[in-house]
Amino acid sequence: MISKEEIQHIAKLARLGLSDNDIAKYQKELSAILGYVDKLKEVDVEGVKPFTHSVDISNVLRLDEKIERTAEDSGKLKKQMPQTKNEYLKVRSVF
Amino acid sequence: MIFYLINIPMELINYTIEEAHKGLAAKEFSAQELAEAYLDKIEKENDKIFAYLSTSRDLAVEQAEAVDKKIKKGEKIGLLAGIPLAIKDIIMIDGLKCTAASKMLENYVAPYDATVIKKLKSQDAVFLGKTNLDEFAMGSSNENSAFGVVHNPIDLERVPGGSSGGSAAAVAANQCVAALGTDTGGSIRLPACFCGLVGLKPTYGAVSRYGAIAYASSLDQIGPLAKTVEDAQIVFDAIKGSDPMDGTSVDSLQASIKKSKYRVGVPKEYFIKGMDPEVETLIRKKISEFEKQGNEVVEISLPHTEYALACYYIIVSSEASANLARFDGIRYGFSSRPAKDLAGIYLESRGQGFGAEVRRKIMLGTYVLSAGYYDAYYVRGQKVRTLIKQDFDRAFEDVDAIIAPVSPTLPFKIGANTDDPLQMYLADIFTISINLAGVPSLAVPCGYAKGLPVGLQVIGKHFDEATLFEVGKAMQN
Repeated sequence: MISKEEIQHIAKLARLGLSDNDIAKYQKELSAILGYVDKLKEVDVEGVKPFTHSVDISNVLRLDEKIERTAEDSGKLKKQMPQTKNEYLKVRSVF
Repeated sequence: MIFYLINIPMELINYTIEEAHKGLAAKEFSAQELAEAYLDKIEKENDKIFAYLSTSRDLAVEQAEAVDKKIKKGEKIGLLAGIPLAIKDIIMIDGLKCTAASKMLENYVAPYDATVIKKLKSQDAVFLGKTNLDEFAMGSSNENSAFGVVHNPIDLERVPGGSSGGSAAAVAANQCVAALGTDTGGSIRLPACFCGLVGLKPTYGAVSRYGAIAYASSLDQIGPLAKTVEDAQIVFDAIKGSDPMDGTSVDSLQASIKKSKYRVGVPKEYFIKGMDPEVETLIRKKISEFEKQGNEVVEISLPHTEYALACYYIIVSSEASANLARFDGIRYGFSSRPAKDLAGIYLESRGQGFGAEVRRKIMLGTYVLSAGYYDAYYVRGQKVRTLIKQDFDRAFEDVDAIIAPVSPTLPFKIGANTDDPLQMYLADIFTISINLAGVPSLAVPCGYAKGLPVGLQVIGKHFDEATLFEVGKAMQN
């Protein structure tokens, strides 16, 4: 079973705040799912290339052009911001 | 004779696209009357089915009026003009809420149209509203919506399938003519199957994903849910094609040749122990009818099928954990106010804003991508994925299409599988290989057992949707 510390470490990497209940639950659930996916160890993958894309395309490019945006466009995005001050996005302090 | 829909009881609305189009063109009813009849029906029934998270009456009426003007002026209208559609609430329509059925995006208003929406708007389609789904499309039963479960209109105690459960329920309950869903591991085909409908998971790259909220970017595709194969084809033709906003989208180069008879393969690995015997009987019966029509049916093997589910869960979780990193509680979406510093905002907003299944996928994905496990899980998963795709490539050297069940079981009761995530994941066992290989698949109904629908899927070569439609049409009759 995955340890409590390991779950806490993963949750920190994923930036997920978990309750103690959650941690115990994920210890069990992730262990069960990982136990199941261990099945893949049975497959002989010697010399097999990892999958990249189902359709063979590469280097999809577009012109590096300036796209004009209106105040209306940016207004739509600003309206979604949880907190603003003087038209700027407001963020909590890092420390 | 002028015949007004307003006089038809709403229970009688059950149009296909072609029927509704004929009615509009013949001026039997106006586009506005048609839209309002559907909207009234939704309003009346949404409490018990909960297919819709929101309706867009103002937009629908405005779109319908524009079509009515064209009809009045004697302009020829397209097949989708004035046709009331429902859109899964993970695809953005400019100015309407787009929630992904998550508390994280409960108040999010889409700032632009998805490419598929732009295309449908240019065809004068009418949007009735946004349909319910499993949160961020993660689920197989629509029980993971943050706003409430969807009930299967065929049996209200049962699930409609997921994750496009609201779209399927809306079509099945005649609350729209057709709908858009998304399919990452079966999310169009399973609900289509559970609600007795047709559903298409297009070839990866056939339809632009721009404007659909990303779940697993190498697997996601947008596609139609409809009453008939013809309707699914009409919607697919309207939304397909390359788009500069999605670098993985391409125009199909496949020249489709209509055949007088098809050679189809039935994979032996798709008829497993534990499968509902009534489901198997109905599917076998449909296949033998198809054979009697003069087509050839052969048994084939897709040897890596048993590893598909494990492979899928590694890849889908990895991509989900990366895609959902964008929800930071800072720029948009749910933000935990009491948090006292920046790290606290991340942790609390994401911890509280995401539901249980979404958190589970993020945790699993972060785990398998983390230092020390990446090669053992992710790289190995991608190698097995190559083998799964090669299984299909090899099979298609011999057959035109593959026929398989969509689900091993009948639609199950709400609450029956919610305690055990692995048991729930098994509902996807027949649909996920198709997404891993990137090939298209069309779910087609094939009868009822115990009053509940059974469906099969017709799987094709990359970009050979045309063959799926032909085989599907032969099967639906």
